[in-house]
Parts: sequence; structure tokens; C-alpha cells
Amino acid sequence: MFDIESIYEAKSVGDAVRALNERPDAELISGGTDVLIRLRAGKGAGRPLVSIHELSEIKGVELQENGDIRIGAGTTFVKITNSPVIQQYIPMLGEAVDTVGGPQIRSMGTIGGNICNGATSADSASTMFTLEAEIVLEGPEGERVVPISEFYIGPGQTVRQHAEVCKYFLIRRDSIDGWHGRYIKYGKRKAMEIATLGCAVRVKLSSDKKLIEDVRLAYGVAAPTPVRCHKAEAILRGRRTDDEMAVEEFVKAALTEVNPRSSWRASKEFRLQLIAELARRALADAVRLAGGKAADEIACWRSGSLAESDMADDTSCKATADSASCDSMADKEVCAKTGSASTDANRRSRTGEEEGGGRDA
Amino acid sequence: MLEIISMRVNGKDVELAIDPRESLLDTLRRRLGLTSVKKGCEVGECGACTVLVEGEAIDSCIYLTVWAKGKSILTVEGLKSPTGELSPIQQAFIDEAAVQCGFCIPGIIMSAVEIVGAGRRYERDELRKLLSGHLCRCTGYEKIIDAVEKAVEAKLASQRAG
Ligand SMILES: Cc1cc2nc3c(=O)[nH]c(=O)nc-3n(C[C@H](O)[C@H](O)[C@H](O)COP(=O)(O)OP(=O)(O)OC[C@H]3O[C@@H](n4cnc5c(N)ncnc54)[C@H](O)[C@@H]3O)c2cc1C
Ligand code: FES
Ligand code: FES
Repeated sequence: MFDIESIYEAKSVGDAVRALNERPDAELISGGTDVLIRLRAGKGAGRPLVSIHELSEIKGVELQENGDIRIGAGTTFVKITNSPVIQQYIPMLGEAVDTVGGPQIRSMGTIGGNICNGATSADSASTMFTLEAEIVLEGPEGERVVPISEFYIGPGQTVRQHAEVCKYFLIRRDSIDGWHGRYIKYGKRKAMEIATLGCAVRVKLSSDKKLIEDVRLAYGVAAPTPVRCHKAEAILRGRRTDDEMAVEEFVKAALTEVNPRSSWRASKEFRLQLIAELARRALADAVRLAGGKAADEIACWRSGSLAESDMADDTSCKATADSASCDSMADKEVCAKTGSASTDANRRSRTGEEEGGGRDA
Repeated sequence: MLEIISMRVNGKDVELAIDPRESLLDTLRRRLGLTSVKKGCEVGECGACTVLVEGEAIDSCIYLTVWAKGKSILTVEGLKSPTGELSPIQQAFIDEAAVQCGFCIPGIIMSAVEIVGAGRRYERDELRKLLSGHLCRCTGYEKIIDAVEKAVEAKLASQRAG
């Protein structure tokens, strides 16, 4: 039995908005793979739930006439990966969400829940940043559209108001045509593991495939919220696809735009190393997918020194770790005390707020 | 407060009173006596509670019973033939000695039902990925993958024959 006051199955998005508006203490539930886990840990217990689990109006992927793609917030990860539209136009997103948890979780969890939960570790988030996804919310005052770059305000916190329901995500044709990308998730296990770090790169090459016409770089778990690295992108634009120096400048700039921290999963230093290395690899993959020639892999080890200099202190980083640093000690304690620490810690971190509101930051 | 719901469980329509706060896992075990559905972690980590809802493997410990209204649920109890024989998938687990203590097995078998039902061949690594939502503390997984591979082959052979 879950410790909830009641559960109301909404008849429509509008009905869910109304029900949420009536009860300021109510919580919205979709696939439940975050909410129900938190409830098992006693978080948010005793409240009424408003469920949108059965709403077909917010499920499915659709290619619109103007070439934009609309992804219903209630679409499960499996349905996204198997969608012919996604496979043809944004395979990167299908692959990214195929790294979430395991098969059963991917059949239950939704992309709306993944984004609205606000975790920096959400496996769809960095890719959605590189797609410049627009988030369509419906609330008591009607509909509004929020660019994903303005959606996150802190660990586990988004601009979504209590009675707002995310209906769908819009990916513009401009972010699809001619773009190719790769998401790389680094975790201790290949499955059932929250990302230690996630890196998403998308590129658009010149028609002769020699130049990087445009590039987008975003990370999960590199800061308290997912982050986009605009400075790094600006450096790479217009450079040759196989220019090693350009790639190293790109990586160096990215390191000034992130703000990772130490947690029981990994130290800050290791995360910085991952931020650099995954950017190189994801970029090389994206360039190859786009039909270009990537810089030599050799550059990868040559620049090991980059991660050592503590560039994460750079103050230009928008997202700060204020509230995210308090509990890594608690996690360490768990690790030191019990042999089965990782399971406990896993469970703790999946319950949400502990690790600064995300699962891991 | 109890609520009356109806769903289809292992091919039979059932109508029963449930508490809207309960998980499908508790409904299946406690109200319907389907104890093949195991309670392991209760947080979606171990897969012991896996059942099929509308043909899709899910963790019943984090699935509210009210969501199953009007849907079709399948558990291991629903796999045996009308005359009581084991299904080819269950038999493959026995033939390959894939079962030790057995606690994880009903859940894995339900994932295997979905995998085998796809009617195509998988690489071993693909099978590992498809079974990665399950924890087994005994077998080391190799025999389990052998069994699923065998069940897939048997299904493909029967498709060719049929
Ligand atoms: C065992 C396990 C492993 C996991 N592994 C991963 C992993 O590897 N990577 C990963 O990213 N996540 C992982 N998760 C977390 C979870 O599965 C995902 O975050 C999932 O996308 C949540 O979606 P949901 O529909 O289940 O969300 P819910 O639990 O229903 O909701 C999550 C939050 O989002 C809000 N919400 C949901 N839908 C909407 C909407 N349409 N509009 C507005 N708000 C909404 C809810 O109010 C709630 O605050 C894991 C979870 C478990 C249990
Ligand atoms: S009991 Fe449901 S996944 Fe462990
Ligand atoms: S056989 Fe014992 S847990 Fe798998």
C-alpha cells in the first residue's frame, strides 16, 4: 500500500489542471517511477495524487506538416525508441532514452516525468537541450511555451507551477534537418544505473562535410541542472571537423561552463575528466554520423592535463551548486557503514531530494 | 475505501474490490493468490515482481492497480497449457538448469515471454540488455541467457514449421 491520501484519475489534461488547482497539496503522477519510489521512502506521503497515467491525448510522437516533431509528455521511453518518426529524424533521442534504467522502467517511465522531475541526471535532458525542445504547459490560465533552456531553476526545481501539466515537447525542424548527434551516458553499470555523467553533442556540417557549420553541447550531472555550453559551441563553429586544436579549445571552454560536484558516485575531479573526454567522443561520433572525418583519437590522452586545472571555479557558470552540496557526506557515511551501501545509496538517491533534488548532481 | 474494478488476469475476466492505494503486486499476490509474482525490493530495481500488462513487462511493485482497470495481465500462473503442461519457455529454463533458488525466475520468465513473443533472434548482448531489469543472486545469469536463447530458437523453429 502506498502512503497516499487518494488517487484521482484525470479525464483530460484540463481535468488534471482543475484537480491540481483545487488541492495545493496534490501531486501529479504520470508513469510513477519517480513519485512512487519517493513515496516508498516516505517522501511526500499522505498527499492526494492526480494521475495522468491513462491520458492518451498526451501519448505518442507525431511529425507535423511543417516538419516539427511533437512528443507527448506521457509517451514512455520504449514508445519513443520504437517510434518510426524518432528513428528516422532524431535517432539520438531514441538512443538516449534507451539508456534509462532497464526494460521495465522504460515501459513505465515517461519523458514528461523525466524532464518535469527536474533531475540533472535525467537521461533525456541533455539531448533535449541540444534539440532546443520547447515545453508546452497547460495551467489554470491556459497554455504557455517554455524553452528548455529556461525550464530548470535548480536541483529538482523547474519553472512549472503546481497546477501546470506538461502536454508535449516541440522539436523544431531547424533543430532536426541536417543535424546528427550522439548521447553518451557514463555509469558504473551498463543498466539500472543513474548517469555519473551524460554528454550530448549535435553537429551540422557544411555541404562538403569538411566544416562544422553548427554544434550544440549539453551535459547532465555536470552541474545541479542540465547545462548547455554556448561558449564551447561558439569556438567550434566554422572549424574543420578534424582540427584537433579546435576540439581541445572546445573541450577547454566546456570545462569553464560546468560545475560538477563530488557525490558517492564520483568525485568532482573524475567528473571533470568525464566532461572533457565524453565531449571528445560524442563530438567525434556525431561528426562521423554526419558523414565527416573526426579529429584523431590521439588528442584524447594528450590533453589529460585539462581536467587537472580547476576550471570549474569559473564564475560564469549559471547554475550553482548552492543547495546541492549538503548531502554527499551523508552518502559517504552510508558507504562507510554498511556493506550493502551501494544498494541503499542507490535507493536513497532515486528517491529524489536527498542528492540536491536530482538523483545525482 | 474499496473500489470495484475489473481486469483480465491470465485470460479470465475478474471483478474485485481493491484499495486504490495498492500496487498491482499486492493485488495479484494477496487478493488473487498469484504468488509467482515476487516481492523483492518494491522500488523497481530487482524485477522479481515483473508481470505483463497488455503484453508489456512492467514492475508491478510500482504500478498502481487502478491503472490496470480493463487491461489484460499475465503472470507465470497463466503460462501453463490447458492440460497443465509447462510452457516451452518454462521448460527451457529447466532444460538449461537456469534455476537455482528460483526467487527471480518468475519475473525473468515474464520478460522472456515478451522477448520470445517478438519472434526474432537476438545477439547474447541484446538478451543481456533485455534482461537487465532483473537481479539474480544465484545463477550468474549465463544459464538464464542460455535458456532464453533456447526458447527464442524453439519459437522460431515452430514459426517456420507452422
Ligand atoms: C529502478 C529505476 C531506475 C531508474 N533509472 C533511471 C535512469 O537510468 N535515468 C533516468 O533518467 N531516470 C531513471 N529513473 C527515474 C525515472 O524512471 C524517470 O525520471 C522517469 O522518466 C520518470 O517518469 P514518470 O512518468 O515515471 O514520472 P512520475 O514519477 O510520474 O513523475 C515524476 C515527476 O514529474 C512530474 N510530472 C510527470 N509527468 C508530468 C507532466 N506531464 N507534466 C508535469 N509534471 C509531470 C511529477 O509530478 C513528478 O514530480 C529510474 C527510476 C527507477 C525506479
Ligand atoms: S519488487 Fe518490484 S522491482 Fe523489485
Ligand atoms: S535463482 Fe536465486 S535469485 Fe535467481
